Amino acid sequence: MGDLWQGMVQAVGLLIALDADLVEITLRSLYVTLSALIIAALISFPLAALISIRRFRLRRITIAVLNALMGLPPVVVGLIVYVFLSRAGPLGVLGLLFTPTAMIIAQVILIVPLVASIAHQSLRDLWADYHDLLISMNTTAGQRMRTLIWDGRRALLTAALAGFGRGIGEVGAIMVVGGNIDHATRVLTTAIALETGKGDFALALALGFILISLAIAVNLAIHWLGRTESGRRW
Amino acid sequence: MKMKRWITGAFAALLLAAPAMADEMKMAVTTSFENSGLAEVLLPAIRQDTGIEVQLLVVGTGQALKLGAAGDVDAVLVHARKAEEKFIAQGHATHRTEIMYNDFVFIGPASDPAGVVGSQSAADALRAIAAARADFISRGDDSGTDKKEKSLWTAAGMTPEGTWYKPVGAGMGKALNVAAGMGAYIMSDRATWLKFANKGKLKLLYAGDPALFNQYAYLPVNPAKGDYIKADLARELERWLVSDRAKEIINGYRLNGERLFTFNAGQSG
Amino acid sequence: MSALFPLVVRGATVRRRGARLIGPVDLTLGGAGLTIVIGPNGAGKTTLLKALHGIERLSEGAVRWACPTPEARRRQAFVFQTPVMLRRSVRDNLAYPLRLRGVSRAEARARAADWAGRIALGEALRRHATVLSGGERQKLALARALIGDPALVFLDEPCASLDGRATRAIEALLREAAAAGTRIIMSTHDMGQARRLATDVLFLLHGQVIEHSEAARFFARAETPEARAFLDGKIVD
Repeated sequence: MGDLWQGMVQAVGLLIALDADLVEITLRSLYVTLSALIIAALISFPLAALISIRRFRLRRITIAVLNALMGLPPVVVGLIVYVFLSRAGPLGVLGLLFTPTAMIIAQVILIVPLVASIAHQSLRDLWADYHDLLISMNTTAGQRMRTLIWDGRRALLTAALAGFGRGIGEVGAIMVVGGNIDHATRVLTTAIALETGKGDFALALALGFILISLAIAVNLAIHWLGRTESGRRW
Repeated sequence: MKMKRWITGAFAALLLAAPAMADEMKMAVTTSFENSGLAEVLLPAIRQDTGIEVQLLVVGTGQALKLGAAGDVDAVLVHARKAEEKFIAQGHATHRTEIMYNDFVFIGPASDPAGVVGSQSAADALRAIAAARADFISRGDDSGTDKKEKSLWTAAGMTPEGTWYKPVGAGMGKALNVAAGMGAYIMSDRATWLKFANKGKLKLLYAGDPALFNQYAYLPVNPAKGDYIKADLARELERWLVSDRAKEIINGYRLNGERLFTFNAGQSG
Repeated sequence: MSALFPLVVRGATVRRRGARLIGPVDLTLGGAGLTIVIGPNGAGKTTLLKALHGIERLSEGAVRWACPTPEARRRQAFVFQTPVMLRRSVRDNLAYPLRLRGVSRAEARARAADWAGRIALGEALRRHATVLSGGERQKLALARALIGDPALVFLDEPCASLDGRATRAIEALLREAAAAGTRIIMSTHDMGQARRLATDVLFLLHGQVIEHSEAARFFARAETPEARAFLDGKIVD
């Protein structure tokens, strides 16, 4: 209990002082997860729309696989990406291991199944509604996908939020492929793991509180942005 | 959605703009080295004197050597002589350079049920712990510390077995956490112990046996692996590590008023 | 632009899960007027309209337009019994078919505003379509169908759940469109509406066209006994 109180006091201190290391670590956390989120959205949203509008033989299997991939343990993803990006591995020439880029790649792999699954569930419902009309209007597949994605953007925002949550809080994948290098690949979660390992619980808790506040702040910001539209359904 | 892109773009610009200036190299070091805090003093000095930005990957000795073997780092700094010699024999490095040493200490509960205090040697202490079947935490992660601990058991003529002997497969800090939580015995490097913030009821019970000395060596990864190995920077870092400036910093480093490391580059074979 | 009509249907049959929904249907429709399709519930009115439009697949037979099918598809529109509202503003709903065709945003919005005025929704341009009442939605759906200037519009019982006022508004729009030359084929349950609007009538029973005649003659005295019974208000099966 004393540790918890000390942690809060220390956290406030770091925040007020705008500790340079803390700011750098926080910005890097946001950079990695937001970049991964944007890439994941660019992959997942069209994918979800495509699966919604097309009936193809492997459709059920694809959806089942996506749902299963949601349960991928982050550390396993990290291990696989590590093996690929290591100099001794197939993509070693890219020299990406232990860089923020490797962390982004790992997080994209983690986030895509989650965002795609949630997006698909909403877009499928929307398509059920729009189906007759859009077919009657002779829309192309591309037009259908764009219409679903635009009209379904609120639900897609929710899917993105879920993806952000998964990314910002995970430590297994980015620890393995990033290496937690000070001033290079250290982020909030890996820094917390480091401080805990040193037995410095107060500092770890301080970082933890900041991480939680960050997640809440981004949540609120996205909700606020969403509400500036005039429509009110959802 | 547009706002998110803008924010990300700004962050990206911020973070990518900054470190394009210094020369960077990656070095794998052991958790016990990092935990000592010496890196926080050495790295800025290295940067100032040579312009090299050394990126540290803090892992166990086993993984450090694997990283070197794969060519994912440009140099390693570890403390496991036999493993280092094997590393060289396998062609992953051309040589090893001794830099400094510190020592290992025995930690345990203040109540000392096994009677480790007053032991005449490391082997003595281990025999006492085994006889008492007292809880003992082992690193169990193939690190330099782990290898040292196992070699000490062998030297004492024993193979530790039983539920009281607990390998945790983790770094020094985490292992100490477990020991603190369980009130168990553990062998730690002095540096990590001094810096450890969660001592609880643990105390330093025995130290001083020369068998507990812990030699750190620097091994630049063999440039023959490929152009991507930053051999020039690794060479320059080596020159710095055996210099008088390094000697000054390493010998002068204090933790809680105690000296941790002794510089001994160029003194042995 | 060649004409869509005459529309020639030969042996058109739709089967789903073993049951025959409509067919075989043989039909020829000319390019003028307002055709009303009537018949008891389950007769297959909706299926027939969808099959003619091409959004219900034929199990047998063919629907042949006077011009190639892709061109024919582009010049038709369909208004569903329950109007499908896009989750966007009234203005963007109306502009949608134009944007699909590559009309610029500015022009599409201008034409949408114009049509919104014609259906008395000029004040509601920016409102989200999903907050509209049933009657307003159906007006919007019809305007959206007409904004692209189609040669033919199908309507499936458009006034089924509307009150008198809304029904009057829809019928006014339909009369306007028909007067402007738009071909209309619609089904209805409301015999009064059929009498008010039809130029010719298709009577459907058990998925087959029992009678197809000019409206005046049909309502004066239908040829087939089933049609007569239906017009008399009897339950026909």
